[in-house]
Amino acid sequence: MPRFEYAPAPESRAVVDIASSYGLFIDGEFVESASGGSLKTINPATEESLADVAVADESDVDRAVRAARRAQEKVWGPMPGAERAKYLFRIARLLAERSREFAVLEVLDNGKPIREARDVDVPTAAAHFFYYAGWADKLDHAGFGPSPRPHGVAGQVIPWNFPLLMLAWKIAPALATGNTVVLKPAETTPLTALLFADLLRQAELPPGVVNIVTGAGATGAAVVAHPGVDKVAFTGSTAVGKRIAKEIAGTRKHATLELGGKAANIVFDDAPIDQAIEGIVNGIFFNQGQVCCAGSRLLVQESVAEEVVDRLKARLGTLRVGDPMDKNTDVGAINSAAQLARITDLTKAGEEEGAVRWTADCALPEQGFWFAPTVFTDVSAAHRIAREEIFGPVLSVLTFRTPAEAVAKANNTPYGLSAGIWTEKGSRILAMADKLRAGVVWANTFNRFDPTSPFGGYKESGYGREGGRHGLASYLIEGSTR
Amino acid sequence: MTSTVTTPSSESAHGPHPADRTGDQVAADAAAVIGTADLSEAGLRRFLQGLPGVDRVGADGRAAQLGTRSIKTSAKAWALDLTISMIDLTTLEGADTDGKVRSLVAKARTPEPGDATCPRPAAVCVYGDMVTVAREAVGTSGIHVAAVATAFPSGRAGRDVRLADTRDAVAAGADEIDMVIDRGAFLSGRYRKVYDDIVAVREVCHEAERPAHLKVILETGELATYDNVRRASWLAMLAGADFIKTSTGKVSPAATLPVTVVMLEAVRDFLATTGVQVGVKPAGGIRTAKDAIKYLVAVNEVAGEAWLDPDYFRFGASSLLNDVLLQRQKLATGAYSGPDYVTID
Repeated sequence: MPRFEYAPAPESRAVVDIASSYGLFIDGEFVESASGGSLKTINPATEESLADVAVADESDVDRAVRAARRAQEKVWGPMPGAERAKYLFRIARLLAERSREFAVLEVLDNGKPIREARDVDVPTAAAHFFYYAGWADKLDHAGFGPSPRPHGVAGQVIPWNFPLLMLAWKIAPALATGNTVVLKPAETTPLTALLFADLLRQAELPPGVVNIVTGAGATGAAVVAHPGVDKVAFTGSTAVGKRIAKEIAGTRKHATLELGGKAANIVFDDAPIDQAIEGIVNGIFFNQGQVCCAGSRLLVQESVAEEVVDRLKARLGTLRVGDPMDKNTDVGAINSAAQLARITDLTKAGEEEGAVRWTADCALPEQGFWFAPTVFTDVSAAHRIAREEIFGPVLSVLTFRTPAEAVAKANNTPYGLSAGIWTEKGSRILAMADKLRAGVVWANTFNRFDPTSPFGGYKESGYGREGGRHGLASYLIEGSTR
Repeated sequence: MTSTVTTPSSESAHGPHPADRTGDQVAADAAAVIGTADLSEAGLRRFLQGLPGVDRVGADGRAAQLGTRSIKTSAKAWALDLTISMIDLTTLEGADTDGKVRSLVAKARTPEPGDATCPRPAAVCVYGDMVTVAREAVGTSGIHVAAVATAFPSGRAGRDVRLADTRDAVAAGADEIDMVIDRGAFLSGRYRKVYDDIVAVREVCHEAERPAHLKVILETGELATYDNVRRASWLAMLAGADFIKTSTGKVSPAATLPVTVVMLEAVRDFLATTGVQVGVKPAGGIRTAKDAIKYLVAVNEVAGEAWLDPDYFRFGASSLLNDVLLQRQKLATGAYSGPDYVTID
């Protein structure tokens, strides 16, 4: 029997220079941290150390917030929207021009496959800047009253699963609306944010408009707590989101929180079955399942459950797991040892609670953090793997009998970020979408992101929306008609 | 350049194949699949319309994703040789002459003069009246002679005429028959008529001493929807097709990657249901080695390795071979040559 062995097709890492150490980006300059503290960021696929990155303490954060305040009051706030738009368009163009550099760096720092960084992360990040650039001079006509005003300084904390894309989601609308920014990237994936700082200098963005402070949880807490921050935007875990909500309760700070999820991907018996299989794969194995809106709970109608699971397993056999820099890799490395441990723990709990585990047969590299695509069947709503966010390539399969049962099971979660419906029946799509308590409901597709479409959660998945016209609202104080 | 692909020989090409089933076995398999013994019009309709739908956006997306696989060096060399061995080298012009057909066969026999490692195409594909010439020209080379029949390309003729057309081609020595389905009947829902047509042509193919393989052309460009492509694929397989083929090459769009993906899904599912492995032949519009490799990736990842074989996958093409040869030379020499370094037929 002939075998089609795809030869390795590694992307070159020569397109990007990684410095041995990085400072903080404050007021348009890279500066040392006051404490001199630093952390190492590593390549999750090889455990190779990539760079030392400065850790910002409270005094560094204070410097950044002051710079942002100055820039907001003196330069960025008074600037006409049409002028701000030019900077945003320039940033978008530069991101597109330097896309390979960003894609390669993202892969090295995050562990995601180059195919996804190249085809999804970087182009979508550029698209967000293009999209919000278009809004910058139209805010008076966006339905937020006449002359809506920016909050001032936005403190933004982003996660490690889509480092550059989340940065774009946060920075583009903030700048379009006249806010300035202090952004803290995740401690395991700071490098594309620092390369972005370099791009901002290339774009000649006025100093202080965007400041990037690196560090771990304490740095993020300092950003959130700083009295000079007017608006907090956070994407990350629900636990941290709750702490932030408590921290800022009673202050004048506004906040948007985009937190965890445990999305239901609902497959009816009349679904376009081959595309549903692709959608399930894309829903949970995209970015190794490290997606807050991942379709981690597959709800499949009992009459087709066996067939769907069989086809899914066959399809998973063709997923290519391994070197993220190989252009043919479908599933890359888990972002960190800590995350791998969490995934391992939860899957163990799944087995102990009686679910049936199936793992794709694939050889995993020796070095780095790896987890093979895994499917649990015979999962009940009472199992931890059906309730807790795993944030890894682990799918729980549950079944349902009627549309009402599907809705009840899908909504039976503390989360409500996203959901998917697979059926050929248009009326059923509309009826289901109406009843599902989730911020995004995809029909016959999954994990699609578009700057024009608002994104955000119900319940413990957070509040506020990012993307689209709704995303502007989070960064504006409505204009009064008086 | 090393090659693991062997030129199809007359021995290996007639290995275990759906063509070995008798007409009764085909009918029994079909009855088992649709769950009614009489294969009535209503039964066929219920079955075909009960097949899972195809979401066009999703199918296009999957095909596009398969097209992004990066195939380099050794894998590319292997894929190029496999591609050549899967080509049905085709001339289907009104102006075809004996000389043109002989020249085509000569090209098939010696695709790369001076390089004995270069595999040969699987077959030459000609109009029915050219079969005698082609048969004589291929001699004992092992290259098959495929003939388009059944009032190709429109198929708009009475059944007797279409069967006579087929009979002529088989009698003249064609060992593969490419028939077109009655798209009018299919689109108006007369599935039983299409089924009966295919069964009748298959019977004619089996009257020969050595049964001719039957490739059923769906003309997917005229079927318009992917749902129809899936239904027509199943209908053709139920009626006993050895291969399902996208197009005549005379209608635009001809073969596309998404349509081929849908057909590959159908043959994969048909094997799982019946144990019968049917081949797939995209035809028309595949002109470059790069495109051909995308199709092979789709074959590998959608249907599976078992289809990476000239017995189960073919390219219907006229200009593809030369582009593959140019790519092959490039791998061997490290430099691109040019159109004057491959022969025209």
